[in-house]
Amino acid sequence: MSDSNVLSRQWGRVRRRDEFEPDLGWVLDESRRKWMAEHTSGVTKPDPALVIKNLRRTFGGLTAVDVDHLEIQRGVITALIGPNGAGKTTLFNLLTGFDRPDSGSVLFDGRDIERMRSHVRARKGMVRTFQLTKALTKLSVLENMKLGAKGQVGEGFARSLVPPLWRAQERAIEQRAMELLERFSLAHMASEYAGTLSGGQRKLLEMARALMSRPAVVMLDEPVAGVNPALTQSLLEHVRELPIEGMTVIFVEHDMDVVWDISDWVVVMAEGRVIAEGLAEDIGKNRAVIDAYLGSGQGIENPEEEAP
Amino acid sequence: MTLAAIDWGFILTQTVETAVGLEAAVYALAAVGLNVHFGYAGLLNFGQVGFVAMGAYGMGLSVTLWSLNPFLALLVGMGFATVFALILGVPTLRLRGDYLAIVTIAAAEIVRLLARSTTLGGITRGAEGLHAFIGPFRELNPFDAGSEYGIGPVQFGGNQFFAIVVGWALTAVALAVIWQLMRSPWGRVVKAIREDEDAARALGKNAYWYKLQALILGGVIGGLAGMVQALGKATIQPDSFVPAYTFFFWTVLILGGVGRIWSPVVGAMIFWAMLTFFQGTLTAMVNEGLIPTALMDTSQVSQIRFMLVGVGLALLMVFRPQGIFGSREEMMLDVR
Repeated sequence: MSDSNVLSRQWGRVRRRDEFEPDLGWVLDESRRKWMAEHTSGVTKPDPALVIKNLRRTFGGLTAVDVDHLEIQRGVITALIGPNGAGKTTLFNLLTGFDRPDSGSVLFDGRDIERMRSHVRARKGMVRTFQLTKALTKLSVLENMKLGAKGQVGEGFARSLVPPLWRAQERAIEQRAMELLERFSLAHMASEYAGTLSGGQRKLLEMARALMSRPAVVMLDEPVAGVNPALTQSLLEHVRELPIEGMTVIFVEHDMDVVWDISDWVVVMAEGRVIAEGLAEDIGKNRAVIDAYLGSGQGIENPEEEAP
Repeated sequence: MTLAAIDWGFILTQTVETAVGLEAAVYALAAVGLNVHFGYAGLLNFGQVGFVAMGAYGMGLSVTLWSLNPFLALLVGMGFATVFALILGVPTLRLRGDYLAIVTIAAAEIVRLLARSTTLGGITRGAEGLHAFIGPFRELNPFDAGSEYGIGPVQFGGNQFFAIVVGWALTAVALAVIWQLMRSPWGRVVKAIREDEDAARALGKNAYWYKLQALILGGVIGGLAGMVQALGKATIQPDSFVPAYTFFFWTVLILGGVGRIWSPVVGAMIFWAMLTFFQGTLTAMVNEGLIPTALMDTSQVSQIRFMLVGVGLALLMVFRPQGIFGSREEMMLDVR
């Protein structure tokens, strides 16, 4: 498909994990670390996929999101953590166009996407999953997957009535869907209703479906919440592979083990603001973070209870 | 004073006549449109009769007002339904589903009241309705108006038979189009929007646009139902478009099973067969004295038969909630 050509041109190369590590060198730079110690958030990065500027969203008297400056590095797994009500999901909604900010802007690949509606942002390569999984229950698992593909000829009303126009593309999409399902250990469920999947399998399906569009930025809202430990490991494996394929990953997660395990970079939010960002091991030592989040009892809260 | 004294042959003939007749074809078409709305796209349209009226008036006015030929009149009728869909859909489809439901039920009544108003009397002829449009359509009738057509005891007059054939032919075309649409990527997107609009948007689908397309498609099919009714009855009267009809269309759809291709057709046939059968049987039973007049008389039969259809529908919901064609497996997914 033409999509893939565009993507490979965009990134120039497909990196393996070990080749990819040195790219993080910039965060290990001593002078930058020192600078960061003084500036807990708003660090500039060499190649940001997303730049958030003065983004504010209030609900009545409550300021849900108030981010002065935040950059998301391309090709890196960024974790977004913070206590319940910190504004993580609201920020996700603002980034993906599911909610409108009161003020501020978001740059995606240097372009202001503020005026783009959510489905346009998705087409441009920003694909998200949801905290409460949205498996399309009365569609088969395979249909769910096929829906994720972009630029489908047969999605036009008139063209859909002429199958020869889209049959070849449909076959290609189906093949890719089956490959992804294979990778996510869902291939045996392909023809079942998505509604018959377990909670964990739905999380897998939602992620696999998001990947069907060959996104540039994948945003995962609590990808492992409610997933059993064995499945969590395989899910995390998949997340870890995404940057190798050139994708930028942002995920919200409450499970600190998961955060330490897979994230390259951690952004901490509290009361709508970014209070700190840095490497996972540094963040764990950050006083502000411990006060705001870890000190408040890690693992006690049930992430499922947080209102979306 | 026995059941054997009732003329069952006559009742059954009438039952079959209505099950395949004009009313069933009109209801089937209207319910096919509703199935596109609710069954596939998940749109709550409680004003389908408004689309039916728009189709009928679009066709009628094309002839009485603009003297267009019948084929153009058909297109104008479809155009009227499309405009109605746009008026309803553009402001409401960005909002939550309930808003469309509220707007459609009101808009359908607005159409009827406008059509029968004295303000528009010069155009729509008020409560009297349109009659003068039928001439050009009758000229197209390949059947002899004076003869009877049918099989065995089930016979229709030539003009009526023409409308019935047109009605079922349009139903067949509509079903073929929908069948193809729903097995295409377009149908996949529409069904995904029914399941979860946000998920579809997150995958880059313009949910608003697809919902609008589905609203127009189902509305135009509803408009065709109005045109078939006008053709068969040779009259278009505003008071034949009261809100109750919308709910008969819903009954038809739920009887057949929501979101299945054949359900509106079979639902419409069963709906009309039941009504006619109860009408005939109850009338005969009252006349034979099997039902004492203290309980009910023949003038009450036409109300009682709707109650019986209601009881039938309630029993269906208890024992087969997915409708006749629906899939229980699919329905149970909602419960998980």
